[in-house]
Amino acid sequence: MTDTTKHLDYAIIEKIVEPGSRVLDLGCGSGELMYLLAKGKNAKVQGIELDEQAIYQCVEKGMSVFHGDIDSGLPEYPDKSFDYVILNQSLQEAKKAEFVLDNALRVGKYVIVGFPNFAHFYSRGMLLFRGKSPITESLPYRWYNTPNLHFLSISDFKDFCQRKDITVEAAYYLGENKQVYFWPNLLALNALFVITK
Amino acid sequence: MNPKSKSVGIVKTQSATFDQELKLESGQKLGPITLAYETYGVLNQSKTNAILVCHAFSGDAHAAGFHEGAKDPGWWDALIGPGKALDTEKYFIICINCIGGCKGSTGPSSINPKTGKPYALNFPLITIADMVDSQKLLIDYLGIKKLLCVIGGSMGGMQALHWVTAYPDAVQSAIPIATALKHSPQQIAFDEVGRQAIMADPYWNNGDYYDKKHPEKGLAVARMIGHITYMSDVSMEEKFSRRLKGDDYSFKFTADFEVEGYLRHRGDTFVKRFDANSYLYITKAMDYFDLSGGKFLSSKRHVDVRFLVIAFKSDWLYPAYQSQDIIRQLKIQGLDATYCEINSTYGHDSFLLEIDEESRLIKHFLDKTFRGYDIRT
Repeated sequence: MTDTTKHLDYAIIEKIVEPGSRVLDLGCGSGELMYLLAKGKNAKVQGIELDEQAIYQCVEKGMSVFHGDIDSGLPEYPDKSFDYVILNQSLQEAKKAEFVLDNALRVGKYVIVGFPNFAHFYSRGMLLFRGKSPITESLPYRWYNTPNLHFLSISDFKDFCQRKDITVEAAYYLGENKQVYFWPNLLALNALFVITK
Repeated sequence: MNPKSKSVGIVKTQSATFDQELKLESGQKLGPITLAYETYGVLNQSKTNAILVCHAFSGDAHAAGFHEGAKDPGWWDALIGPGKALDTEKYFIICINCIGGCKGSTGPSSINPKTGKPYALNFPLITIADMVDSQKLLIDYLGIKKLLCVIGGSMGGMQALHWVTAYPDAVQSAIPIATALKHSPQQIAFDEVGRQAIMADPYWNNGDYYDKKHPEKGLAVARMIGHITYMSDVSMEEKFSRRLKGDDYSFKFTADFEVEGYLRHRGDTFVKRFDANSYLYITKAMDYFDLSGGKFLSSKRHVDVRFLVIAFKSDWLYPAYQSQDIIRQLKIQGLDATYCEINSTYGHDSFLLEIDEESRLIKHFLDKTFRGYDIRT
């Protein structure tokens, strides 16, 4: 089983998802979260993942997954064909992040977006005091090997939702191993938004 | 591979004859129909563990194990057997030689009961749909209401796609490998060159050669072209490079290069086991195959079939985009499906050679289909 204390985000997503839902997990990795939702919530889950080895791991868990990138994975799906579309730690790696979000909102009744918060105080400190690109627990890469193409803060995402007329149903802010309730844009390492349009 | 994996041992091809006439897609009729088939494993009491393996263009019913006295096993022996991906300790595996073929099922080299002579070109043109309809006769005859899975590569994959389209209630899952929803102009073109090579051979004699010398040269050339399309640039470089058969160039039109020798050898061995008219009929059946434009899964009924679609990166004969076309249709239909593009260099032949990766996918996909989610222990 997955250690849920290490995966606070999984535990929260598992709480959000209603039993028996249809779920699409974009950038599902080796299928840990899909497995939790299938077993725990009897969800009908489908993943999309780019890494070939991760595909084998998904199939070994009994999960259904499409081998491909999330940028081109959505257009064929009819409107609202899923209850939830999950973009957990994958949106920042998509080439066309806005296009992916627009399509996710079209295909899913709700979209659950999880991303690392670029405005965490430690990141700010690294830039301000050391003049270096931030490396934090949620942004562990160096500038030359990061898969991340987009760097956004919690405030950035809220602005984006407002500008695009996207409704924020719920927001969860995550620290190292527990939720953060004050000054999330400063104190949270990761954020999880439930949005709809 | 799993060290515990074993062979199914000595097997025999069986045969069943159906007296009724099959109405073909062309409107013509064919009958009686004999089907050559092999089975491995045991059909369970409730008949829920049956898997139909559909062979590719030049394959036959002998998919696994050894025929008495034979040195080589069946064509997919690496995948079928105890403990293998198609595990004969769990599943009942059936493989049927397609109609139009020349390995025991009714084809152009079979005796036409109306004339007492081989059909030759009096054999009607057949399609993938007709092959599937004939397979359905045998599945019904075996008392199987629903197949756990229909699996096949290349032409076998086309049959799997047609099975779920024609008989969605009789299939629980499908695994089309290195295949397409329709034959592309490039695929048709290669087939046509092969057919022209056969028909240009004077011994072909309008298909009437069964009591005379066979069009071996034409058939061998057709097969040589086929083999080029089954490999990739990289796999040919690895296998042959520019290596010579002898020490130096001969400055004659003999086979100097290993690749030439290989193709000639493949051509020459093929004519011993394959009928030239079957080559014409089966390639034509593939060329007619087209489930595009909404014909795939067009049934009005609710379809509940799981899919595992597999493609290979270096396969330029059935490129991965064709498998992605299948996936696109499955997304529109909202069906449960998995797609994997295996990073292999073997070209179209990968589906016969890339055993470890295929096995990982197929084994667990079948487990999930047969037993539900609870497979991770």
